[in-house]
Amino acid sequence: MSLQFVRAFTAPGASVSFLIDGEEATAQPGDTILAAVLAAGKSLRLSDTGDGHRAGFCLMGACHDCMVQLADGRRLRACSTAVEPGMNVLTRQPGAIPTGAEPLAGENT
Amino acid sequence: MTAPRVLIVGAGPAGVRAAEAVVRGGLRPVVVDEGDACGGQIYRQPPAAKARPAETLYGADAAAARALHADFAALLPAIDYYPRTLVWNLVTGAGQSGPGQTGFVHVHDRAAGAVGRLDFTHVVLATGATDRVLPVPGWTLPGVFTLGGAQVALKGQGCLIGRRVAFLGTGPLLYLVALQYAKAGADVVVVADTSGTWRQARAFPGLRAAPGYALRGMSFVAQLMLKGVPILRGVVPARIEGTDGVERVTLRHRGGEKSFACDAVGLGFGLRSETQLADLAGVPRRYDAAQANWVPRAGCDGRTPRSGVYVAGDGAGILGAQAAELRGARAGLAVLADAGGRADPAEAGRLEAEIGRWVRFRRAIDAMYPVPVQMLRGLAAETVVCRCEHITLGDLRRVAANTGAEDANRLKSFSRAGMGRCQGRFCADNVQELAAFLHGAAPAAMGTQRAQMPIKPIPIGDLLRQAPRTEPVLDEPVLDEPVLAGEAE
Repeated sequence: MSLQFVRAFTAPGASVSFLIDGEEATAQPGDTILAAVLAAGKSLRLSDTGDGHRAGFCLMGACHDCMVQLADGRRLRACSTAVEPGMNVLTRQPGAIPTGAEPLAGENT
Repeated sequence: MTAPRVLIVGAGPAGVRAAEAVVRGGLRPVVVDEGDACGGQIYRQPPAAKARPAETLYGADAAAARALHADFAALLPAIDYYPRTLVWNLVTGAGQSGPGQTGFVHVHDRAAGAVGRLDFTHVVLATGATDRVLPVPGWTLPGVFTLGGAQVALKGQGCLIGRRVAFLGTGPLLYLVALQYAKAGADVVVVADTSGTWRQARAFPGLRAAPGYALRGMSFVAQLMLKGVPILRGVVPARIEGTDGVERVTLRHRGGEKSFACDAVGLGFGLRSETQLADLAGVPRRYDAAQANWVPRAGCDGRTPRSGVYVAGDGAGILGAQAAELRGARAGLAVLADAGGRADPAEAGRLEAEIGRWVRFRRAIDAMYPVPVQMLRGLAAETVVCRCEHITLGDLRRVAANTGAEDANRLKSFSRAGMGRCQGRFCADNVQELAAFLHGAAPAAMGTQRAQMPIKPIPIGDLLRQAPRTEPVLDEPVLDEPVLAGEAE
């Protein structure tokens, strides 16, 4: 699988073990959830309206495109939350519309 | 008289200098900031584990960044500082607050999962800015980030948004971020500016208001050219394409189409003010035609038509980081004068003269790199305008025609564009412009989307935990998964 982020700098110190969709993954110390997941893949979550994957957009806590769900039920802004050891990030969150489905149309449109 | 309680929202360049001025005048302000550390976006500090020298992180701005961080650290004993804390609501008006108070804010500490309330007599809103983005077909693909976001990835996380990166949009940030990426080892496949060469040349003389910054900008372009980065001016973005992520960007340029293979796009057409709290405070906004944006109405001193409410920095209209420090300091002096503290009128005059210089500089920048709102007219109907709710231009046209929605708020209500998680931060300006196009009216006649609290989603569980329980509640929690407040209105 190709990766989105490229590390331009290696943080000193012990790496952090966490999970992406239940699979073991490694983060660098100081990584946000977003950086850790996008350094290991290309998607943070599925769009709520069925138009494919999303990987964040503004990276400064304004757009909430990076709102990810953890296996424990928490939903967090991946760009401004540090990754923690053992965290299980669900990039295909429960209840999401699978990719390839027709995007939902608004009721009034 | 009630003792003044000064609240400053934001610890970027404006918030820090406002706090400093208030402390010098003998008052103890409360500073609430969403960041983990001070600096805002421009002087954002990486987490301790990723600390790097200021020269690496901030380049030519290293001295300014270091000074701001050090001055704020020195202020800490004299202020009450709440980092990683969101102000999600602001209420003003008589009877809304304690005796002698002007209003209060609700806050959420995301680390503690705690909510609280802070009263104030005077509030300085130094809420900063985010990228002004226009929709481009394909802009919701993974790998498309804002220009500011591309910079945050590098500065805050030491990461590049991709290996082969296209930078698309307009404004000084376009060239700065592209150069930072080229220096950090990215393959910058193109810098594509929607503003044309002739337009930029014509407005260039206006930059003499700040010659040092004009020279810096020229050196960014020269360095990019030396590195062999293609720079195209006067482009029209056609589309961003790919299957599971970005694979190529296509631009219209000089009558033809040009495609560039890449795995990431940095997209941005300038900056826009974060105005939600000013809106909630009842500060009216005015349409700034040069920035194609609605900004809070305020004087050079930061005073707004609402007594006790001040705005400073880029949240009060975009003037840049250097001006933000001056505007913060000036607003701090205005608070002191109004709260009965010690303020130096000579200092106020000096600050206003300096701010005036940046106003002249920004006028030239705005003329060189206008927001290409005309792009919106040329979009295909299936282009997504609202990323959160997946509302296309065609949806908006249909809603406008079917409902007769004739202003920005009615179009929002009927279409949901602006009701998603970003609460209109990345679509409202465009929906307003589109509403004007659809009705053949001036953008200023369309009004603005109203801000709603909470101004960003917060976990409703954190609210419930601290809500006073005046009635018996269920023995067991009924929620099996957290629900976010603010996703629907």
